[in-house]
Amino acid sequence: MDVSPTDLVGHGFLKGMAGEQLAALATCGAGYRSYAEGEFICREGANADEFHLIEHGLVALETTAADRRSLVMVTLEGGEVLGWSWMFPPYRWYFDARAVAATRTLALNGALVRAACQNDPQLGYELTRRIARVVIERLQATRLHALDLYNTHPPRK
Amino acid sequence: MIERTDPWIPESYHIVKTWREIPDTFTMELKPTDGREIPRFASGQFNMLYVFGVGEIPVSISGDPSQRGILTHTTRAVGAVSRALCDLKEGAVVGVRGPYGSHWPVAEAMGKDVVIAAGGLGLAPLRSAVREIVAARERFGKVSVLYGARTVEDILFRRELEGWRARFDLDVYVTVDHADAAWRGSVGVVTRFVARAAFNPEQVVAMVCGPEVMMRYTARELEKCGVVDDAIYLSMERNMKCAVGLCGHCQFQQFFVCKDGPVFAYHRVKSLLAKGEI
Ligand SMILES: Cc1cc2nc3c(=O)[nH]c(=O)nc-3n(C[C@H](O)[C@H](O)[C@H](O)COP(=O)(O)OP(=O)(O)OC[C@H]3O[C@@H](n4cnc5c(N)ncnc54)[C@H](O)[C@@H]3O)c2cc1C
Ligand code: FES
Repeated sequence: MDVSPTDLVGHGFLKGMAGEQLAALATCGAGYRSYAEGEFICREGANADEFHLIEHGLVALETTAADRRSLVMVTLEGGEVLGWSWMFPPYRWYFDARAVAATRTLALNGALVRAACQNDPQLGYELTRRIARVVIERLQATRLHALDLYNTHPPRK
Repeated sequence: MIERTDPWIPESYHIVKTWREIPDTFTMELKPTDGREIPRFASGQFNMLYVFGVGEIPVSISGDPSQRGILTHTTRAVGAVSRALCDLKEGAVVGVRGPYGSHWPVAEAMGKDVVIAAGGLGLAPLRSAVREIVAARERFGKVSVLYGARTVEDILFRRELEGWRARFDLDVYVTVDHADAAWRGSVGVVTRFVARAAFNPEQVVAMVCGPEVMMRYTARELEKCGVVDDAIYLSMERNMKCAVGLCGHCQFQQFFVCKDGPVFAYHRVKSLLAKGEI
């Protein structure tokens, strides 16, 4: 199914983006993807040639522990972005991403988006700013996560 | 309301029922040994529970304020007294003083949206508030319950959460910090869900309970969404002795948590929360 700029603006990540920038992104190999429950969206180490705007569903970012169990680091839901490995070499996925529930995404081709950003620095800046915001939010959440809040108790006075 | 004669003297209650909720946390139902009614309480208040010969600790009431015959407490075994309390069997007698302290602003939230955010055992004091809201659901706007636990096994009141989730008039988000691939729900800190909950920031009351760091960051997320700090309420914990504002044991800068709290409007404690030692 073809993706129009209007489809893109409906996603929280691109909300408020200028029409011509959305139009440029819509030409970057954009397409809908559907994943059944349990299906992998990407595998650790594989080429990160796409990234995904999650429309609905639940996606787990996972890695395999020493005992071969899959550990979930975080889950992402509708309105969130999956993947930024497409931005920087070596363009490989850092973790596995698995659909925990039936999931639909709007995928964009990483190489084409990079080229579009190269051609239009305004678009590049806008996209980088939005991704930086997501990265900061995830970093902050990861820091809180690392505190293991419910295990230790705040010092008593 | 039952008139208490002396706030220092515990009343005896026997344990009617006790059960394990999650590995180290037990809920017990208590009744006065002399068959009297239990004193009225409001959601968010606490009692001092006395294990004879061991000691006394503050524990929030986790039951329904409208359920007059039974007093319900949910306690995590962390030290001498809480462990002894959790070890008690049905029929055992404990001392109860209370209820004490401030309560959740359930009445003030009527006509508004409500966000309830709990972390870990923080769901225990908030369960009373959720039950009250559910019992008068039509009097509130949108209601969201956000709950974070450490692992799947640590999810408190799991059945009740599922019951709330099955309702069409409650938005319930449950997340855990650590899980393997067998868990079919969300993983990540509970603060992330604030932005996802549906509420009108100008017409909302938020009630938050959990470890202090979790409460601080949840309050910040609420502020980021446009909620003013006097619409956010937190429940604070400090060591207690008298529980009636006399001994100073629970002092938190200018406040006595037992009397001025445990439930505080965020704007009253905001500047204190960010400080390391007070
Ligand atoms: C207003 C109020 C309401 C409370 N409501 C509840 C409740 O509903 N359920 C409940 O289980 N507890 C609740 N608490 C906490 C409870 O009072 C303490 O866990 C208890 O006082 C610990 O006493 P103890 O003798 O068992 O342990 P202590 O011997 O005092 O402490 C033993 C160890 O446990 C640690 N510790 C102390 N308190 C806690 C805690 N809260 N969590 C984790 N580790 C702790 C101490 O740092 C110490 O290392 C509440 C506290 C307050 C002030
Ligand atoms: S416990 Fe004594 S003043 Fe609060």
